[in-house]
Amino acid sequence: MAHVFTPGLQVIASTIVTKERTLPIPGKVRVKPGDRVKAEDVIAETAIPNDVQSINVVNRLSITAKEIRNVMLKKVGDPVEEHEPIAQNKPFLGLKFLQSIIRAPFKGSIERISDVTGQVLIRKPPRRITLTAYVDGVVKDVTEGLGADIETACSFIQGIFGIGGEAFGEIQMACSSPDGNLDEEDIMDDYKGKLIIGGSHITYKGFRKAMELGVKGVIVGGFNASELKEVLGYELGVAITGDEDIPTTLIVTEGFGKMAIAQRTFDLLKSHNGRRASISGYTQIRAGVMRPEIIVPFTEQEARDVKKHVPKAETGIQKGDEVRIIREPYFGRLGSIVDLPPDLTKIDTEAYVRIMTVKLSDSGETVTVPRANVELIEV
Amino acid sequence: MAENKDLNIVIATDCGSTTTKAILIEKNEKGEYRQTFRGEAPTTVEEPYNDVTRGVLNAVQEVEELSGRKILEGEKIIIPARGNVGVDIYISTSSAGGGLQMLVAGAVKAMTAESAQRAALGAGAIVMDVLASNDGRLPHQKIARIRSLRPDMILLSGGTDGGTVTHVVELSEFIAAANPRPRLGHSYSLPVIYAGNIKARDEVKEVLGEKTDLSLTDNIRPTLERENLFPARQKIQELFMEHVMQQAPGYDKLKTWVEVPIMPTPGAVGYLIQTVAEEEGINAMGVDIGGATTDVFSVFDTVFNRTVSANLGMSYSISNVLAEAGLGNVLRWVPFDIDEEDLGNRIKNKMIRPTTIPHTKNELMIEQALAREALRLAFFQHKQLAVGLKGVQRIRSISDTFSQSSSGETLVDMMSLDILIGSGGVLSHAPRRRQSMLMMIDAFQPTGVTRLAVDSIFMMPHLGVLASVNRKAAKEVFEKDCLIPLGVCISPRGKGKQGLKCLNVKLKIKTPEGDKPPVEEDIPFGEIRLYPMNREDEAELEVTPTRRFDVGAGNGKPIHKSVRGGVVGVVIDTRGRPLQIPQNLEQRSALIRKWYDAFGMYN
Repeated sequence: MAHVFTPGLQVIASTIVTKERTLPIPGKVRVKPGDRVKAEDVIAETAIPNDVQSINVVNRLSITAKEIRNVMLKKVGDPVEEHEPIAQNKPFLGLKFLQSIIRAPFKGSIERISDVTGQVLIRKPPRRITLTAYVDGVVKDVTEGLGADIETACSFIQGIFGIGGEAFGEIQMACSSPDGNLDEEDIMDDYKGKLIIGGSHITYKGFRKAMELGVKGVIVGGFNASELKEVLGYELGVAITGDEDIPTTLIVTEGFGKMAIAQRTFDLLKSHNGRRASISGYTQIRAGVMRPEIIVPFTEQEARDVKKHVPKAETGIQKGDEVRIIREPYFGRLGSIVDLPPDLTKIDTEAYVRIMTVKLSDSGETVTVPRANVELIEV
Repeated sequence: MAENKDLNIVIATDCGSTTTKAILIEKNEKGEYRQTFRGEAPTTVEEPYNDVTRGVLNAVQEVEELSGRKILEGEKIIIPARGNVGVDIYISTSSAGGGLQMLVAGAVKAMTAESAQRAALGAGAIVMDVLASNDGRLPHQKIARIRSLRPDMILLSGGTDGGTVTHVVELSEFIAAANPRPRLGHSYSLPVIYAGNIKARDEVKEVLGEKTDLSLTDNIRPTLERENLFPARQKIQELFMEHVMQQAPGYDKLKTWVEVPIMPTPGAVGYLIQTVAEEEGINAMGVDIGGATTDVFSVFDTVFNRTVSANLGMSYSISNVLAEAGLGNVLRWVPFDIDEEDLGNRIKNKMIRPTTIPHTKNELMIEQALAREALRLAFFQHKQLAVGLKGVQRIRSISDTFSQSSSGETLVDMMSLDILIGSGGVLSHAPRRRQSMLMMIDAFQPTGVTRLAVDSIFMMPHLGVLASVNRKAAKEVFEKDCLIPLGVCISPRGKGKQGLKCLNVKLKIKTPEGDKPPVEEDIPFGEIRLYPMNREDEAELEVTPTRRFDVGAGNGKPIHKSVRGGVVGVVIDTRGRPLQIPQNLEQRSALIRKWYDAFGMYN
């Protein structure tokens, strides 16, 4: 029978993480195994095909498609400069001022000349894109032409949801407790360029100020759905993010609403106040889930005896395990498993489901919760 | 494919994105086919297994354990059946890896592009975008769009046979310029199917032959008056097997185990609904509402259509339901006051933790409100696509149509619909069956007399692929084991005043234990009434509408029907079509609560 529980988000003080860095299309890799890299270092680059524009030559020169080859001044593959003539008809009655000339709208190259449609396709010069290391670490493996694996000994924290792409900066605590709130007046000028750690929530105005100031990242426990809509300018329909055009990455660690950051997450981040970190808001909730993350690399000395964290063996949930409840009416509350009855149990909705009983840490109360509504906490 | 291959024991699997489900079907002493046992195991296309056959074997093993029938010899399925060992056939469907995702392109948006969309959807694909020469996008925008998508394959159509070639060749040039890369696998060429004007074949080959894996098939619109989708659909399914499935680990092995080609899951469901509609001579609709997508299938006057609303679902896409429906439309189904901010957060929390389930009644009501909206929107999209052919009899050539905007009439006629079948977790596993029934009635708003049913354990895909080898077996299992009949909904077309008489109903319910006391009632406009029945019951029904209303025989004309029972019963719905729900919170809450209480939804 399949294990019916949600593995918890990883919050690991010390582990080894390997990030696969891959170009979208083959290019040139600039590092070799063993190289020590910083997050901002360019480790590979490539050129991707740029935009194509079509020019309807036959319409503009009043000819048929079959005649296009007679008027072309360039052939497929030829480079062109902006405004350079690419086609012209014969001057009417030999009068040059009655000649029509078609010029390239931009610098590029001739992609295609069609004697069926009468169009000429011109492609802009390729666009150079670079790939950074993303984390401070060591190049472990290189795949020729495609990228490299970067290994780093670090603290590793996953969030539940994020927006915005990769960012690097220094961690700066902005709240003194996990349930603090950040508003506009709480965003200080010296947060510019940093990754700030809040508490239970940041308001839209607070986040907007962070963006305007140039804060690289904001990490909080919760964020309101309505405020997310204000930031993005639209209602997010599906949790596939990371490409938003925003200057500040947002990582939410607990969920939507006002939710205190989990104490262990807060404490771990606080212990790294002032240190460099790499973050990514990239989120993908579908087959092959990807969560936003915070990576705090260790120094060479600190990294010496670090071993890769091995997740708790997949034996499924057991009595005594620590869990967090991830749905109403006990959303966000922690507890330990008291019992795991094997039979289907009727819950308030009248559905028959597998349940567990959980003793809540804050109140000591024992409650019944569907097994699907908890996530395991690894201590 | 023989459509009535003689079989006694069948094992069928559906490899979904998350779970692989196996069912055993056996012919009993009476010669009836019945589904007897079911097994399930996680799908194993990802690490660490990387082999779909692992999950198949695990699911089949569960069936072995439950049935006591030895089906596997090591890792082979034993064929044929002898005594209590082996099976006569193994068949399968799949939607693992996200299913089949296609881009379609056609010369004219309202004609060949739309035909291409129907071809792709009917083959079981998700259509990522529909490009047309006259879709309003500039060439560079089309090229950028093609490049940014990562389809599994492209279907290109355009031009009637012998007609203009310009537009379809232009589209092929855009595809070549975009140099699209397939979603799965870095090293193979993208399959492109050309199903347009045969006169343009040479040019299209010249443009796309080297850059893509190009196949040619019959024109899907050989004349304006005729649509010929079957060859393209077949080609799509063939290429799906050869290319897309090949990239998913273990499929090359799985292909050798099955007797007939593995069908995409929604293709199989659609085929089943078509088969049933044809066999019974009825109009049928089916809806499958999943976590990420909602499929709607219909057969009206033998014309089959399928749509996939790729971003409407109950978990991964639940926030999109809110985005498309709007908060007001979701709230109108919620019979209690809830803070909008709170509702928005709850929905987003479900989106990011999609495997959670509602724990409280209020949470259940919110989910079922969202389900209504997802179904309603998916149905609306279906009605838009399931239309008669456009451009017929008025247009002489494709080029002439560019400035014309003609709209085909929808084929979906709810008055002539005989049966509506629901599938997917929120419908199949609602705590009370009447919740499923009312969600479907509220979303689809059938008129006339309509049977409703749900799929009990999601075996429609299995039965769809079974129908391709033995229609009798598929139909029998569908009726006896797959469907849970909910009952019948009678709803008149017409408008009236709240509280004034709408119709008179006479109902005689016959149960195996004897007849129930007959019921005769006048029902006012604006109500919903439920007359409970059981599955084994039958009823004689006479409904006489007042002169403003029509229940299928014309305004004011009575209908007499014998109806089969269902686990919910007979529903008389005089709330009007379309349903009118007050905007005012107090009035709305009171009305919704009244309807829900009358129906026994949550009380």
